Amino acid sequence: MRQQIEGSQAVARTVAACRPQVICAYPISPQTHIVETLSRLVQSGALTGCEYLNVDSEFAAMSAAIGASAAGARTYTATASQGLLYMVEAVYNASGLGLPIVMTVANRAIGAPINIWNDHSDAMSQRDSGWIQLYAEDNQHAADLHVQAYRLAEEVSLPVMVCMDGFILTHAVEEVEVPDAEQVDAFLPPYDPRQVLDPDEPVSIGAMVGPEAFLEVRYLAHLRQMQALATIPRIAADFAAVTGRHRDGLVSRYRMEDADLVVVALGSVLGTLKDTVDSLRDEGLPVGVLGITSFRPFPLAAVGEALAHTSRVLVLEKSLAVGIGGAVSSNVRTALAARPVPTTTVIAGLGGRPILRSSLDTVIRGTLAGEVPDLFFLDLKTDLVEREVARMRAARRSGPAAENILRDVAGVGDPHAVGRPR
Amino acid sequence: MFQARIHGRGGQGVVTAAELLSVAAFRSGHHAQAFPSFGSERTGAPVVAYCRISDAPIRTREPVVAPDALIVQDVTLLRQVDVTSGLRSGGYLLINTARDPVDLALPLPAEVLLATVPATELAVTHIGRPVPNVALLGGFAALTGLIGLEALAAAIADRFPPQLAAGNEAAARAAFAAVEDPEVRHATAD
Repeated sequence: MRQQIEGSQAVARTVAACRPQVICAYPISPQTHIVETLSRLVQSGALTGCEYLNVDSEFAAMSAAIGASAAGARTYTATASQGLLYMVEAVYNASGLGLPIVMTVANRAIGAPINIWNDHSDAMSQRDSGWIQLYAEDNQHAADLHVQAYRLAEEVSLPVMVCMDGFILTHAVEEVEVPDAEQVDAFLPPYDPRQVLDPDEPVSIGAMVGPEAFLEVRYLAHLRQMQALATIPRIAADFAAVTGRHRDGLVSRYRMEDADLVVVALGSVLGTLKDTVDSLRDEGLPVGVLGITSFRPFPLAAVGEALAHTSRVLVLEKSLAVGIGGAVSSNVRTALAARPVPTTTVIAGLGGRPILRSSLDTVIRGTLAGEVPDLFFLDLKTDLVEREVARMRAARRSGPAAENILRDVAGVGDPHAVGRPR
Repeated sequence: MFQARIHGRGGQGVVTAAELLSVAAFRSGHHAQAFPSFGSERTGAPVVAYCRISDAPIRTREPVVAPDALIVQDVTLLRQVDVTSGLRSGGYLLINTARDPVDLALPLPAEVLLATVPATELAVTHIGRPVPNVALLGGFAALTGLIGLEALAAAIADRFPPQLAAGNEAAARAAFAAVEDPEVRHATAD
């Protein structure tokens, strides 16, 4: 049934329809609504055959998920931001052990400075963790990706992160057709683990592997992700057959016909980008949008093919790879290795800075005109940066940068400047 | 696309108001999107939430910067926050106050249809609590004609337990009736 519903609620109800047997979670905003709702569904008896474990940290959440999944249970957890970082050691273990856990990451910045708002820094920090990463464009997509994530995880025996923009999607109330149990049952077979901890047939999982075989085990992890490149589109097509909702599993193309410039992005900003591109197209500007749904495995061939005829690429990133620019851009450039074209990295939306249509419009026009540098920070307040740089030049003890800049923003003045009142 | 921005304070149900507005619009056959401005979940702190209503699917995620309509749940915000920022000429402004709209002497663009309604008092009367959000939505329905009172009543019934829903619906109907009165409306000059 189509309903007007908060993104977190839609995801919680969708996860419940997937009949998880163990949910272990530690609440962290902005995914709190998801696990709160799931805990209520378990408690009320609406979600049966499921044990809800309220654990004492994210590290415990992933550790419990590993145990549950290894024992053959369909397992779910969710986290964000520092919570994801806190569980990282176990995150790598889950993928290394080939356990098909599904985890929602309600994308958020990571500190310092402390920031509770949306960007992709958290999930991007785990791009090489061995987990599959799927990015949702809207809440319908987020709900649908969770169902597909279970099918994918269990088919290839790898864990899957479904990444959805924190607050922007999790807290947005919009139209979603929440997949019901009947649809999910028609699409998602019961979990048949490749390996299982069973007291009747004891095996050990997680052995010490030395130099003689470590490379081979890691190679197999890569091989399974490469296999997933074929599995993901097939699963998306199967899902469309059951629900009538089709989206390409790896990448999504929008107004790419004869595009001289293609904007590449992940997640909810794709919606704003599409509106921006529509108005630019109305003016006759040849611009298109390429959304990447599967960031891991990275669809090198699909991205290369989609960008085969464009003469310029703009990669819009909600995460800053400090010291180089953007992680997505590096991957896109690899996809373009056979036919390099000028590629601009635009860092935007960090720590919840709104990505405005007007700013996108300006940077796209500028890129078409060749006026935007290879690495550009959208809506960077250069005056604030310059003032802090000047302070750092003027005095060794210039103080903490974040607090200095906050004072400038508030217009309170500079407490370190000589002669000014404190 | 019609874009509304709701200003209030933490505890006044700003986020709920945007959500209810989107549900009422959805029930009236429109596409709708509601979302809060995040991070200020403190009682009494200024809070903003947004609602877009359209006959086409809504894709944009930017905050509402050029609203067609504004709801101000707390009149004291007029002195603290630039609430009318971006309001288009010909737009709507609904303020929770018993005062006459002209007395507020707000600098506004041309042809803005302005109305006031004592929503807090109506809430106290009908719900027993000074939470003005739902009453203001009744006033919003009357001012803009964008959503029907019955769709709003249905959204309220979805959201609240029966007794609270009944009180909120009564407050919304009272505010609707009040704002329907041309005396409380004031259009700025063009």
